[in-house]
Amino acid sequence: MSAGSVPSGYEVNDPGYPIPQENYLTNSKGILSWAFTLDHKRIGMMYLVGVCSAFLLGGLLAIGIRLHLFAPDGILFNNGLFKWLAPDKAPNDIYNQVFTLHGAIMVFLFIIPSVPAALGNFLVPVMLGAKDVAFPRLNLSSFYLWVCGAVFFVMALLASGLDTGWTFYTPYSTTTDSSVILATTGAFVLGFSSIFTGLNFIVTINTMRPPGMTWFRMPLFLWATYSTSIIQVLATPVLGITLLLLIAERTMHIGIFDPEYNGDPVTFQHFFWFYSHPAVYIMILPAFGIISELISVHSHKRIFGYRFIAYSSIAIALLSFIVWGHHMFTSGMSPITTIIFSALTFSVSVPSAIKVFNWVATMYKGSISLTTPMVYAISFIFLFTIGGLTGLHLGTLATDLHLHDTYFVVAHFHYVMVGGTVVAFLGGVFHWWPKMVGKMYSELGGKISAAFVFFGFNLTFLPQFVLGSRGMPRRYATYDPEFAALHQMSTYGSLILGVGLFVALFVLLVSLFKGKKAPANPWGGATLEWNCTSPPPFYNFDRPPVVGDPYEFGNIEWDAESDRYVKVEPKRQIVPSEKPADSPAHASE
Amino acid sequence: MATTDAGLASDAHDKPGHGHSDHGHGDHDHDHPSYLAHHFDTPEQQFDSGKLGMWLFLVTEVLFFSGMFCAYAIFRSWRPEVFEGCSQFLNTKLGAINTGVLLFSSFTMAWGVRCAQKEQHKLLTVMLATTLSCATVFLGVKAIEYSHKWHLGLLPAGLFSYDPANLHPEGGPNYLAWICAPFIAITIGVAIWLVVSFLRGAKFQFECAKPLFVVCLFFFVGVGLGTILESGADKEHSSHDTVAVSDAHGSEPGEGHAAVEGHDSHADAVASTDAEPATDHSTDLALIERLASDSTNTGLKADLEARKMQSELASGGIVYDVVDDTSATVAHAEDNVLRPSRAGVFFSIYYCMTGIHAIHILAGIGVMVWLLVRSVRKDFNHNYFGPVDYVGLYWHIVDMIWIYLFPLMYLIR
Ligand code: HEM
Ligand SMILES: [Cu+2]
Repeated sequence: MSAGSVPSGYEVNDPGYPIPQENYLTNSKGILSWAFTLDHKRIGMMYLVGVCSAFLLGGLLAIGIRLHLFAPDGILFNNGLFKWLAPDKAPNDIYNQVFTLHGAIMVFLFIIPSVPAALGNFLVPVMLGAKDVAFPRLNLSSFYLWVCGAVFFVMALLASGLDTGWTFYTPYSTTTDSSVILATTGAFVLGFSSIFTGLNFIVTINTMRPPGMTWFRMPLFLWATYSTSIIQVLATPVLGITLLLLIAERTMHIGIFDPEYNGDPVTFQHFFWFYSHPAVYIMILPAFGIISELISVHSHKRIFGYRFIAYSSIAIALLSFIVWGHHMFTSGMSPITTIIFSALTFSVSVPSAIKVFNWVATMYKGSISLTTPMVYAISFIFLFTIGGLTGLHLGTLATDLHLHDTYFVVAHFHYVMVGGTVVAFLGGVFHWWPKMVGKMYSELGGKISAAFVFFGFNLTFLPQFVLGSRGMPRRYATYDPEFAALHQMSTYGSLILGVGLFVALFVLLVSLFKGKKAPANPWGGATLEWNCTSPPPFYNFDRPPVVGDPYEFGNIEWDAESDRYVKVEPKRQIVPSEKPADSPAHASE
Repeated sequence: MATTDAGLASDAHDKPGHGHSDHGHGDHDHDHPSYLAHHFDTPEQQFDSGKLGMWLFLVTEVLFFSGMFCAYAIFRSWRPEVFEGCSQFLNTKLGAINTGVLLFSSFTMAWGVRCAQKEQHKLLTVMLATTLSCATVFLGVKAIEYSHKWHLGLLPAGLFSYDPANLHPEGGPNYLAWICAPFIAITIGVAIWLVVSFLRGAKFQFECAKPLFVVCLFFFVGVGLGTILESGADKEHSSHDTVAVSDAHGSEPGEGHAAVEGHDSHADAVASTDAEPATDHSTDLALIERLASDSTNTGLKADLEARKMQSELASGGIVYDVVDDTSATVAHAEDNVLRPSRAGVFFSIYYCMTGIHAIHILAGIGVMVWLLVRSVRKDFNHNYFGPVDYVGLYWHIVDMIWIYLFPLMYLIR
């Protein structure tokens, strides 16, 4: 590039690429410039800090649970300290409140907004080649709604706790004197936050695509976000009304869910799971998207079965709406209904499996760089596969009757939510961290964190499968001594997992101060976000980007001299069959 | 392998023939009119985005209400007689008036959108003010309906205290006054604003306050209308009892229905009373206990009954106990096991649905006031009328929901 093509206002201090003097982090200063920012990248970063704080809070509660369960009669909450903190509560009450808040915080405050709102906000417009999301103000308000919801949850924690389980089942939730109203109001508000994010992304992806960005030239992360957003928009309102009715039930006894007033608790369960089953796909679909990017970029190979992965996201989004009954096999539905729900449940696993096969096929014969994000991605494949397959045990009517409400379920959903979503989230953060903050982190540190997380996670939750199948029920503060050894393993594992997470945090924080400056394209990715500087300028692209094939790695090469990935002349002829149907050649017609 | 000297990023930019002019962010707004947000390229893109966003929002609204429609369907299918019986308490005339008012407001709203497109600023203001007035009439009528029912104790299940023997219980707050109070305050506020802006010669403010004042007054028109139509109510109540009585007697639904149908013409109702000589007070009470005030009947009487309920609950599911009737659900459990007020559930659903609908009307009023101010300011033109269009869509959906609520609540007897 000749100096002549550098636009005024830029200086050439990076060989080959004009670095803008300002980026989104530096173009305005002061706390207010963050508080009132409409920039999707800053909102994404604020979300990142927010959800990570929620994760920390939820994680501490989780460690509390595990420490209590170290011995059959419970340990932690029997301690005199808790007697002093909450004189009117028995240790078992405290346990109930801790696991409830752990679940509620992790689900509503952390995992649902984690990938879409934090990473998604940062990435969707950049990957798309747009300047911002369609409704920046709505985006900011969604963040503040999240904050507001978080405040409600903390208030519930401080007021009188919450002991209904994150599922708020009636009739217990209408009779307990813990702060159900505060918590449900919080969840209601968070629902709106989630709807706004989803709505924003759907509109952004539909209307803000630059010329040349056809649907099938979108990175798979965008497909995943798109299908997540569909679920967010379609399912969350139902949760909203359910929680509203629950609040009305508590305040006015409307008699819809409360049997005391002729209501029907099973109706509550239907309403609740009509949202909450799709919600588990709100959690996992964006993680699928991350993994598709990570596997392909770090294997330096075109993603295998692009269209299959893209369509399977949509298929999951739609199928997820018709399987909610598998949470209620023992709640008193008619036998025929349970059978139908069981059969439908299996159908969901098909598109999930398609994705796993495609990722593995992508890695096959790829030139894999075992970077930190890739290590996380590979752990994801292991862990999610276990989680998904055990979902089938639970979806099978006959086995679920035994496994329902045991630790088997606990292990299942932790494998998909932690082993799946959280691991993918960490992988994604490591992958896009250089883009977000412009600094490289220590690879070694990152890999150590991944190893701790993988090992600690398995040690925590594999024993729980065994516990569950031997009959250990979930949500109990004490247990039979025969389960002690497995519970202790699990507790040790959770501590290791915790260490791993802190290592990850530490590595990332250190990089902020000590990290090497990140090049525009540290991994050799072909999607648009690697085309803008790290960190990106305020409008993402100084000039509208030229949209190419997001998975064409043939012309991206490591250049040792300048220590970065560069574009080269294609080194091999692309075999026609490898091209997606509308590769640039077609689309330019 | 020839490496181009440029990094891939700038390399990408160098491709010739790309449609966009290269503008950095310094000069990006040279072709941006003031109404076009910085991140959109064209007004069309902005309009399309807004429109799609609005449609999606409406989808969430529909789903939000769908939860309650489901609840309605479930409980009505379980207790059709309760729904049909309780529907008597709703005043069809008021419901019909409100339906008409909302339909008309949808029409004026749509006309308003047209005005915005054609830049008829005056007419747009008139249309918005008309729509707003319809909304306040609606609320005024609703205020009468609600306060009247609260007064009678026709409340959600837990608070239900209707007692036909004592239709006008002494004491209790004056609900109508409480509902009207904020509206009176707002009306006075707008009136003051109107006068002050007139005296100070603030033309723009005066132009805004004028239509808003009219809008406020229309709330009281609604209240007046409601009062007039509701005043015939006492006659109706006697027929409620009639219907209920025959309902209580005829365990076959058909008999009850006959009376229900007879309700509209008073003569029919009387006839059915005559045909039923047993309309003495004791049957009345028996009926009422069943229909309404069984909140006295709280608590399961014995462990035995509790267990029975449990097995009823579980039956139809997988855990079979004693019952092998697979269709049995809670709804079919025997009456004495079903403790609390049955009629209350109808009113619970009625208040939830119409209440949340009314909140939507309030929200609509809020945004339309904002539109009205902007319309007085002449903000809209043929290129930029999105906000009017979107609010119009919102208003239509609120209207639509009422169109469903009206027959489902008022016309099912
Ligand atoms: C791969 C397909 C999946 C299948 C077939 C499946 C199946 C099931 C079934 C049948 C249950 C109910 C178990 C019971 O309560 O007896 C269940 C529970 C659960 N699943 Fe899955 N699941 C799948 C994937 C996921 C994913 C991806 C997530 C989240 C990211 C998830 C999260 C959960 C949670 C949180 C629960 C427990 C809810 C509770 O009772 O608290 N599942 N799953
Ligand atoms: Cu599920």
